[in-house]
Amino acid sequence: MLDGGAIGRTAQPVMRLHGVGYRSGNTDILSDVELTIAAGVPTLLLGPNGSGKTTLLRLLMGLIGPSEGRVDVSAVDGVNTARRAFVFQKPVMLKRSTAANVSFALSAAGFPVDPLVVASLLQRVGLAALADRPARMLSGGEQQRLALARALARQPGILFLDEPTASLDPAQTKAVEDVVAAIAATGVIIVMATHDLGQARRLAGDVVFLVGGRVLEQTPATQFFDQPKTQAARRFLAGDLVI
Amino acid sequence: MDGVGAFSLLLSGDPALFAIVRLSLFVTLSAVMLAAAFGLPFGAFVALTQFRGRGGVIVALNALMGLPPVVVGLLVFLALSRSGPLGFLGLLFTPGAMIIAQAILIAPIIAALTRQVIEDLWVEYCDEFTAMDVSPLGRVAALLWDGRFSLVTIFLAGFGRAAAEVGAVMIVGGNIDGFTRVMTTTIALETSKGNLPLAIGLGLVLIAIVVAVNTLAWSVRQWSERHAG
Repeated sequence: MLDGGAIGRTAQPVMRLHGVGYRSGNTDILSDVELTIAAGVPTLLLGPNGSGKTTLLRLLMGLIGPSEGRVDVSAVDGVNTARRAFVFQKPVMLKRSTAANVSFALSAAGFPVDPLVVASLLQRVGLAALADRPARMLSGGEQQRLALARALARQPGILFLDEPTASLDPAQTKAVEDVVAAIAATGVIIVMATHDLGQARRLAGDVVFLVGGRVLEQTPATQFFDQPKTQAARRFLAGDLVI
Repeated sequence: MDGVGAFSLLLSGDPALFAIVRLSLFVTLSAVMLAAAFGLPFGAFVALTQFRGRGGVIVALNALMGLPPVVVGLLVFLALSRSGPLGFLGLLFTPGAMIIAQAILIAPIIAALTRQVIEDLWVEYCDEFTAMDVSPLGRVAALLWDGRFSLVTIFLAGFGRAAAEVGAVMIVGGNIDGFTRVMTTTIALETSKGNLPLAIGLGLVLIAIVVAVNTLAWSVRQWSERHAG
């Protein structure tokens, strides 16, 4: 667990959700979400499957718009909050080499494709030795790290990650978490969804706990794990099935 | 007996026969490239763009895949004939007219199949490209590139259709000996004249070319998929 938590401290808020709801057909996926994402430490969206974590991330990224309420983005010193990147749970690899995937992301972000930059990005995620390998032939963990390299190519101020280790073994999970922690240490604001309590303990500075499309708690991670406020959080932490 | 005659004709390296084969390949490959120059971007545009009447365009493209060659030949003939709107080009009864007719025949095939391939890929890539802020032109280029192995198969479908085509090139080319005579029209003519060795020989060459092109494309695809993912 990272030290402290941004919530309630002096950390600057970068995104605020006011009464946000998202509806798909007749189903409410998110309801009345009040949420603040702050700079400083990683924010982990925690909750069981189907709690609305992915939808919330997509809303924050701007991939979908809210059915109600609004999402405000604030300027913060030293953080380009307009430039955001997203790593999906199952990232799609372009049918080209590992290095070419990063080159594509650089080009899409409007940056010149410099082989040195590509090599540096691959180095950061530990894939320098696999630069020429077809991206679709990488293992699941390597593909997630390549997705991280592509996201970093955008030089994001905020990085959203949707359960990036959901289907990985412990070694690959550690490799991805190490990269995420290293990115967070550079000042990039991390917002990550997970239903893995161990991962939340290892990475979270702040925790947003969702159940059934509602935010039940938003609190520093130490407080969430030591003194959860809601019965649902206590049951979730105890390993009970929370639906 | 005819089969033996056909093989001896092929083995003799008859220059007239090989001139016909060369012209056939030139016309067919040119038509495929011309059709691809239109069909690829148009198919990708329809796949990635929402506009009024899009459904009608898709239905029309699919329907045009079954265009009757003789009807296309007739329309191109009327357009290129001296009194037609494009008569000033002086293309009627030239290989150029044959290329145009074949390109019109296979452009809908390439466009319709490209649309399907790109649309399927877009479903897979949509979120990533949106998150990456890939520009509309960048999307088209990237999807065409990533769909390249499927597009090879589409080219083969177009090539097969053009290579086997008789009616349209007969009408607009005129089957002029040494000038617009290609394999299919020669086979039709020589069969009607009873010159079966030449007809069979050309038939064998035609089949061999189609098989060779497909084998080459399959090999390239296999190699590329192993090396490019």
